Amino acid sequence: MANDGIGASVPRKEDRRFTTGQGTYTGDVNLAGQLHAVFVRSPHAHAHIKSVDLSEASKMPGVVAIHTGEELEAGGINHLICGWAITSKNGSGMRMGPYPPLAIGKVRFVGQPIVAVVARSRDQAEDAAEAVQIDYETLPAVTNPVDALKPDAPAIHEFEADSSVWEHGRAPSNLIFDWELGDAAATDNAIKSAKHVVKIDLVNNRVVPSAMEARAVVADYRSSDGHFTLWNTTQNPHLLRVVLSAFINVAPEHKLRIIAPDVGGGFGSKIFTYSEEVVCLWAAKQAGKPVKWVSGRNEAFLTDAHGRDHVTTAEIAFDDDYRMLGLKVDTIANLGGYMSLFASLIPTYLYAPLLSGQYVIPNIHVNVRAVYTNTVPVDAVRGAGRPEATYVLERLIEKAARELGVDRAELRRKNFVREFPYQTPVLWKYDSGNYDGLLTKALAASKWDDFEARKAEAAKRGKLRGIGLSCYIEACGVAPSSAEGGALGAGVGVWEMAEIKVNPVGTVEVLVGTLGHGQGHETTYAQIAADRFGIPIDSVSVIEGDTDKVQQGMGTYGSRTAGNGTSAVYRALDKIEAKAKKIAAHLLEASEEDITIANGEFSVSGTDRKVTLTDVSLAAYTFHKLPKDIEPGLDEKAYFDPTDLTYPAGAFVCEVEIDPATGTTEVVQFTAVDDFGNVINPMIVEGQVHGGVMHGLGQALLEEAKYDPGSGQLIAGSYMDYCMPRAHDLPKSFDHAFQKTPTPNNPLGLKGCGEAGAIGSPPAIINAITDALGTEDISMPATPEKIWRALQSAGQNA
Amino acid sequence: MYQTRYHRPGSVAEAAELLSKAEDGRYVAGGHTLIPTMKHRLAGPSDLVDLSRLSELKGISEKGGTVTIGAATTHYEVASSDAVRKAIPALAALAGMIGDPAVRNRGTIGGSLANNDPGADYPAAVLGLGATIHTDKRKIEADDFFTGLFTTALEEGEIIVKVSFPVPKKAAYEKFHSAASRYALTGVFVASAKDGAVRVAVTGAGANGVFRAADIEKALSGKASSDAIDAVSIDPSGLLSDIHGSAEYRANLVKVMAKRAVDAIG
Repeated sequence: MANDGIGASVPRKEDRRFTTGQGTYTGDVNLAGQLHAVFVRSPHAHAHIKSVDLSEASKMPGVVAIHTGEELEAGGINHLICGWAITSKNGSGMRMGPYPPLAIGKVRFVGQPIVAVVARSRDQAEDAAEAVQIDYETLPAVTNPVDALKPDAPAIHEFEADSSVWEHGRAPSNLIFDWELGDAAATDNAIKSAKHVVKIDLVNNRVVPSAMEARAVVADYRSSDGHFTLWNTTQNPHLLRVVLSAFINVAPEHKLRIIAPDVGGGFGSKIFTYSEEVVCLWAAKQAGKPVKWVSGRNEAFLTDAHGRDHVTTAEIAFDDDYRMLGLKVDTIANLGGYMSLFASLIPTYLYAPLLSGQYVIPNIHVNVRAVYTNTVPVDAVRGAGRPEATYVLERLIEKAARELGVDRAELRRKNFVREFPYQTPVLWKYDSGNYDGLLTKALAASKWDDFEARKAEAAKRGKLRGIGLSCYIEACGVAPSSAEGGALGAGVGVWEMAEIKVNPVGTVEVLVGTLGHGQGHETTYAQIAADRFGIPIDSVSVIEGDTDKVQQGMGTYGSRTAGNGTSAVYRALDKIEAKAKKIAAHLLEASEEDITIANGEFSVSGTDRKVTLTDVSLAAYTFHKLPKDIEPGLDEKAYFDPTDLTYPAGAFVCEVEIDPATGTTEVVQFTAVDDFGNVINPMIVEGQVHGGVMHGLGQALLEEAKYDPGSGQLIAGSYMDYCMPRAHDLPKSFDHAFQKTPTPNNPLGLKGCGEAGAIGSPPAIINAITDALGTEDISMPATPEKIWRALQSAGQNA
Repeated sequence: MYQTRYHRPGSVAEAAELLSKAEDGRYVAGGHTLIPTMKHRLAGPSDLVDLSRLSELKGISEKGGTVTIGAATTHYEVASSDAVRKAIPALAALAGMIGDPAVRNRGTIGGSLANNDPGADYPAAVLGLGATIHTDKRKIEADDFFTGLFTTALEEGEIIVKVSFPVPKKAAYEKFHSAASRYALTGVFVASAKDGAVRVAVTGAGANGVFRAADIEKALSGKASSDAIDAVSIDPSGLLSDIHGSAEYRANLVKVMAKRAVDAIG
């Protein structure tokens, strides 16, 4: 049955369910007697709440309860938390403004929930929500992170006077932290004494995560024993349970069951704990009835944590032989009105350590100032920090090559890391890789050397053709829980847990603490289990997302499932295999060492004696004739804590054609060569690359969560104005190839693949555009108008 | 959505009657603008009078150099109509460019014209071809019909019954899609009538909605070649400016799309 095992492009088991409408999403869950919650949200970006008048609303038909922030606070409900502590370079802790689930006294972004109306129907709740009278005193708003640091910027949170470590006695009012990584003095010296220095200013545009399924909550409460059940669109049910119980105090952990049924995408936005989960649990307890909330798309725009939003200046120094000497990066990161669950981690440890890229850069210094603005909180979106880092480094190198008149590919090649493990000057230690091999493959596959002929042919058709390169580095699995994770400020561990149950009839259940939300986990995990015993994947079921079934887990984000989830499954399978062999040896009256497994059978090497997996599992449960040193059952659990992150890498080549009359860009060829280590299901992994590249293409060409700077309104607040990539935006030609350099950091040698496409593609696309235009002055999204304007001003200057 | 009463009249006369009696009634055809607005609680009509099923408003015919399209004809029906494809292929092509398949199978020509969204495609064809809008009360020439953003010459309760298009010698529509919404950021319809007159209508770009580009028409009247448009200067001051495109960019697109339309006519 090797066809179903590791390395086979098995069609996804779960797709039959998804494509025939048989999936069960949180919105599909309806409980008897359920009530509906509707949130009254701030129409203002920044305002004092002078008064809230519920008298009219509470008299409306069907209204059961109306909840406020003050009520939750009096009931002992704590604020939403940020789970990663970052310390400023002067030793100050990060400045966390209070984030009550329902606003108290002040609102800090348009869409912030203030009041929750619970009624018998959704329509009744909406009618009553409209009758809630809130009197605001509006305040000046700031949405741009650079403006937020200016001395005259409106102060979004009120902090106590700071200690003397800050200049002028206190931190700039909207500063969250001023953090650094790397050696500032050594980097400055390297740049000062260098032959060549190249500088770039960049904005990494803000994006809306846009999962196909919007967030939803169904909260149920059983008063007889105080037990809660929460159905929720979450990427990490166990972590959510810890946060809701231990930190927010809305339900005790042992009486809170969280079920993530089918989840329709997340891209990071469903990692975090949101107000709506807290409020619906509270409301269910008060009403003694289930409470449901399903986000509308307009609410999703205004409440799902956004991504990116960096403003960066970077400079890189080379010696006279074009070897990199130093890299200095200064970034201002917009974290929105409040700090979301992992907001502080994204522009720090998921960003700065990646700035070494695939290169030997002896000196690196990164300074990051995180700021509050009157915008939706910003947190992880696919790639989370790594796309921002890759964009800085790969655009800077491309610009350097052009400015210095050297070949772009050769400039990279000359500076590649070639020996592993490699300790970067910014924390991470790369375990394995072959960056030269990736680049060589990508250049060959993209016919890089023949580009000039294609450019000339395009010119005859009146098109400007450009080619761009991006060599990205990834860091998957967040961080090891052990020494480093804790020391860097993590509030959580980052291990994973799996349990394998072999049923009495020999079928296998894999229970694992990750949470697939479109990635194909049910197929991938089944292949690993099937591979171990040589059984078909149809004999394997995969269970995720229910805290009553799966005992522990850390969820799915940061491309961590491949490295950590599969490793936990692998370790549990090791235990199962050991016990099964012991039982088989007993049944076959042979020695354990002589037992081999193939095609669902346990054989004694060199003989024709064998028993099936079913024989073994039946014996384990009937337990009629097994010796006393074996326990009944065939069910094992394992935790896996990685010794380090994994470091996938790749080389992307993008080729574009620009219509100079309109400025329209067409991606005519995209070549991706990725090193994800070993690969379980190449088809699924290629699908992840395709999706990731399209995600990056969206950011590079189409998507921008634009705010009106004066009013703080999200102007691009619907898909009429916020442009998602469509099928016709796909590259006309898409080539993908693997290079496999297995990581030594986990048993299967897997590195992770879910984010790579979104990390590597934006600079490849923009570098192709700058190549076509002959100007570096293009920002994302590179809309037709921006390109047309760049051509107009180039024409005027020429 | 607020509560509303839905009516399905059997005739145009009954529809008008129902609307006149309603406290705050609205006609609905494809509903592609009205229903989302109602869902967002930005509109709350007391009554909805559905015109989409009235047989009087259906059908496509071609006779004596005129193509007539019933107001409740869907974009898909126009795009796939043999009669339209044969007589005015540019009109069929335009209908096939509206929105996506779901939109084209529900949205109607009458609804699009009555709504007169500044980014809608049909107004460009109606104005460019010099069509006539027939209502339950009168006939309105295209040049008199579009009066501003989301406003038309239609009176309260007046219903578009059909639209008749004179078959041109040649016509073409070139559309630059707004990336997000797929409406026209700028669309230019160029038609050369049988008597040789050239009409050029621009949608998506005008600050007051669809308009005829008089300077381009003038340039083309001398020489029906795209080169003739090069010398025309489009004044951005009368054009829309929003997050999808500035007036200057739209001014450029007017020329580029007009040239492409002229080239397409050949």
